[in-house]
Amino acid sequence: MITRLVPIVLLALAWEAFARAGAVTPFMLPRLSDVALRIYADAATGDLAINTGLTLYRALTGFLIAAVAGIALGLAMERNAFARWFFDPLISVGFPMPKIAFLPIVILWLGFFDVTKIAMVVLDAIFPVVTATLAGLAGVERELIWSARNMGASPRALMWQVMLPAALPQIMTGLQVALPLALIVAVVAEMQMGGYGLGGAMMTASRFADSRGVFAGIVEIGMVGLALVKAMAWLRFRLLAWHSETQQQ
Amino acid sequence: MKGALVRYLPLLILALAWEAVARLGLVSALALPPLSQVVGAWLDLARDGALLGNALASLYRASAGLALAIVIGAALGIAMARFRPIDALMGPLVELFYPMPKSALIPVTVLWLGFGDGSKILLIFLGCMLPVTLGAFNGARGADAVLVWSARSMGAGRLRVLADVVLPSALPELLNGIRTALALAFILLVSSELIVAQQGLGYLIGYLGASGAYAGMFAVVLTVALLGFAADRAYGALMRRALQWRE
Repeated sequence: MITRLVPIVLLALAWEAFARAGAVTPFMLPRLSDVALRIYADAATGDLAINTGLTLYRALTGFLIAAVAGIALGLAMERNAFARWFFDPLISVGFPMPKIAFLPIVILWLGFFDVTKIAMVVLDAIFPVVTATLAGLAGVERELIWSARNMGASPRALMWQVMLPAALPQIMTGLQVALPLALIVAVVAEMQMGGYGLGGAMMTASRFADSRGVFAGIVEIGMVGLALVKAMAWLRFRLLAWHSETQQQ
Repeated sequence: MKGALVRYLPLLILALAWEAVARLGLVSALALPPLSQVVGAWLDLARDGALLGNALASLYRASAGLALAIVIGAALGIAMARFRPIDALMGPLVELFYPMPKSALIPVTVLWLGFGDGSKILLIFLGCMLPVTLGAFNGARGADAVLVWSARSMGAGRLRVLADVVLPSALPELLNGIRTALALAFILLVSSELIVAQQGLGYLIGYLGASGAYAGMFAVVLTVALLGFAADRAYGALMRRALQWRE
């Protein structure tokens, strides 16, 4: 564990030394210590909490909507031939598209509010969830389904007690792809639209040539991203405690 | 042919519904110009050269950034898998930076390289490198030790082993990593062009939107979306060909 930290400490020291050496101007690369002071100052005034909270609210609300709607849509497509016929081409064409290009259209429709940012997050995060749910459900072992049917499971019980748990590892993988995507999109939407939030604060700093603010933003957004990814991995570990994947570790 | 028609019929239905909703005035033509108007605006943009010029600028940025990310990212990943000290040094850094939302780098690349091509290429390179590195690392680490030993005992040098044994066995995971990077490249390209640029498809979208030419804006948005889709499909076909020898 300690040895894993060494390269990170080295990088931090290299940053500080490089910035102090004066090879580049403080505008191009402020000292790490100055950036840390800036983050501390933001935290003290409460700006950091407000901006982080707003960004997290937008990213996580969108992510949760995408998760619930994505899993539901995947289930519907698995069970209903019409739903599959209708949504399958939309998913396969929509998944590889850069949905962020639709941002100006969504702004035109929904205005410069939170609902626009959340809608953008949903639009981007839902695709990996749907495809992962479909792949997971398609991969459930036939023997499991036959045994459950044989023992008299109703279609409802089959879905909740056999299909969904068996597909859960794949669904979790889809959610683990969708969560960082949600944060990326929330930050871009904030940058484009300005205002509060970590992305908006970074853009304001950039406009005023406040390079400490810009670098503080990178560190803050990076920390939030790291925390979300770690939290998701922990959730996977908890939810799949019964699964052989976890027990092998 | 008929199969494809049935398969893609829902898209056609949506297109017709779009046209009908806009024509019947159910929504304002400002919010949703009819599809036929959007097609007309696309043709106008194509004719006056705005579409091609900006598309070429975007394509140049994306391909330059992606090419750098693939070459450097793959080299780093394979080096990490084959040489312990490099893994000990770079592994924790890759793990730290991998989950970082890449869009946070947009203002910094602008700070460093300004509003032009350089900042977009750097952004796409930085954002796309780690998925490639991770794919190459996982693939090369999975290279069969017996194959490596056999090649060594038959007198292959270290570089020879890398090129002829490790790289081919890392290929499937590496190609998957590049596919992720390709999608990211489009996202980063469009985001950065929407936010700060004077050229490119993302810039054109913002420009048309700001001047109220919504039909044109829809046309360029759809063009970008279709380009992303086509790039992914073409890459998928290429990937299947490259991996044919594994069957």
